[in-house]
Amino acid sequence: MRGDSNTENGGAAASFAIPYTRYLRPDGTLEGELPAFAQDPRDLIPLYRMMALTRALDEKAVALQRTGRLGTYASSLGQEAVGIGVAAAMRADDVLIPSFREQSAQLWRGVTPTEILLYWGGDEQGSDFSGPRQDFPVCIPVATHVPHAAGVALAFLLRDEPRVAVCVTGDGGTSKGDFYEAINIAGVWNLPAVFIVNNNQWAISVPRSQQTAAETLAQKAIAAGIPGEQVDGNDVIAVREAAERAIARARDGEGPGLIEAVTYRLSDHTTADDARRYREDAEVSARWKDEPLSRLRRYLVDKGVWTKEDEEALLTESSQTVDQAADEYLATPAGAVTDMFDFLYAELPTDLLAQRQAASQTEGGGDG
Amino acid sequence: MAEISLVEAVNQALAHALESDERVIVLGEDVGPDGGVFRATEGLIERFGKDRVRDTPLSESVIAGLSVGLAAQGFRPVGEIQFMGFIYPVIDQLVSHASRLRTRTRGRLTCPMVLRAPYGGGVRAPEHHSESTEAMFAHVPGLRVVIPSSPRRAYGLLLAAIRDPDPVVFLEPKRIYRALKEDVPDTGEAMALDKCVVLREGSDITLVTWGAMTIETLAAAEELLGEGVNAEVIDVATLKPLDAQTILESVKKTGRCLIVHEAPLTGGFGAEIAARLAEHGLMSLLAPVRRVAGYDTIMPLPRLEHSYMPSAARIVSAARESLDYA
Repeated sequence: MRGDSNTENGGAAASFAIPYTRYLRPDGTLEGELPAFAQDPRDLIPLYRMMALTRALDEKAVALQRTGRLGTYASSLGQEAVGIGVAAAMRADDVLIPSFREQSAQLWRGVTPTEILLYWGGDEQGSDFSGPRQDFPVCIPVATHVPHAAGVALAFLLRDEPRVAVCVTGDGGTSKGDFYEAINIAGVWNLPAVFIVNNNQWAISVPRSQQTAAETLAQKAIAAGIPGEQVDGNDVIAVREAAERAIARARDGEGPGLIEAVTYRLSDHTTADDARRYREDAEVSARWKDEPLSRLRRYLVDKGVWTKEDEEALLTESSQTVDQAADEYLATPAGAVTDMFDFLYAELPTDLLAQRQAASQTEGGGDG
Repeated sequence: MAEISLVEAVNQALAHALESDERVIVLGEDVGPDGGVFRATEGLIERFGKDRVRDTPLSESVIAGLSVGLAAQGFRPVGEIQFMGFIYPVIDQLVSHASRLRTRTRGRLTCPMVLRAPYGGGVRAPEHHSESTEAMFAHVPGLRVVIPSSPRRAYGLLLAAIRDPDPVVFLEPKRIYRALKEDVPDTGEAMALDKCVVLREGSDITLVTWGAMTIETLAAAEELLGEGVNAEVIDVATLKPLDAQTILESVKKTGRCLIVHEAPLTGGFGAEIAARLAEHGLMSLLAPVRRVAGYDTIMPLPRLEHSYMPSAARIVSAARESLDYA
């Protein structure tokens, strides 16, 4: 029948819509009916606390970098709700496959602030998470980790385990072939994987408008035949609710999904970047009114479950936590020089014995 | 027992691995009902089912990237890249992830995966189907690069690669997929990785090679024997990590070394072997190390490819020059 005019559907072969979800407006007021987990505002306090800890950790990390005590660091300032909303929707035995800006999700899942600082401080020990042992380390080459999520999800499917692989990438990542190839195979194989796009509007200096002509990033799911939707990425309730729905579908064998969380990168790309070279300060200032912490704080205060004293105590506690993490990180000795050999293969090949021996005799070893 | 070809030995090893280890998953383009374009996976989907023998979308990067995820979860994926000419999208996954997952997580996550790909020229294949770029992979720390040159070695080395706890690029010399047949008992016995194989013992010159070039090199050794020259022939078998010891010991005995490979000369893996000899075997050498290799040109299309590929005649000629060196 293709090609024949069809008056019933206006001649369209198929048609699609991209839903959009928001519960919490920037001014802290609500729209729509809150999901079950958010009915009692007190239940939102743990989300708020972890977003605040993330912000404190980012601030501390940038300060450490500026004073020469940490390597290049990618702050998540303004995007804390994405990682927290997603991680709060996951079960402990699900697996997170993050990009390099998901410290909030990592913290929620039990990666310690010390480990995060160790990694960005230039030490592989930071990716040997004591908490979520099966979570992937951060991924630096953009979107190359998205196929890993398909593989992890296939492992769950083959073992018939009710677990879900959750992958986060950025807006820039959606322009990469790996992103499409991964969501495509996830669709074909009905894999229990959920793909989150942290659309923070900027891929270093290239704005979202120059990344793709597509009206939304969520609609890229349509090409893969999987559900795609958009949420206000600064509304942790919306992120968590959409992620819970997508994860539940995946867990129940209903296949993968894609969620575009629309947010904004309030910081530079990393500490090695100066966003003033390509982005107006006025644009950034205007976006501060949308950021995720203040709207949730207003809501909690309006509901009478959060006070000025609570806020001050939280700031003090967060600050103490990250200060202590920084101390632990700085006090952690670098690994042995021979570590670069000893973690390369399961067993060191004979051909590398001489190099290992030579390296073990180099002076000092590490810059720890 | 019927003798089988190299590609049939690959199939036999895959079947044995699937049978004996439920963690083994075979995936790739056309590996299912079609049995692979070279029939390496023929009959596997019928025996082991579509869960474990999986046709992927046409998506090389995902074959490798998905294998990384599977391997990190404890599976033993064996991916097929249909031709080496299509392997380049996969380099990102190998360099950025498979090779370094163990290092970057200090062993918390590991990557026991195998990527198989037919490689090399001489079969009158279309453009992009004939190159030999093994040196690219041998340059990557954390990988193993393994190349069989006979049905028995294909069986034993592939089983070893699948059982190895780290990522292996397994390159199959497609020109000899069906060139020779051997008895290959299906014992499940793996060969040792990281070891050269001495194909022929000799005392006058060491010929070092791998893959399909073992055929020309052995033919050259036979011709040299007619001239009273007793050549030792070494099949490197695992390029990375290199078993330099076997080569050095051979050259200590013969004093002369000729390296033969199909890949272009400059930066080819022969250069690494020559460098090892210069570093550790100089005093054994009676003549400069020589290389017979493909030219530093684009691999020509089939009408000229035989002029590109090293022949037994070129090998014999280079060996004579080495033997004539004062």
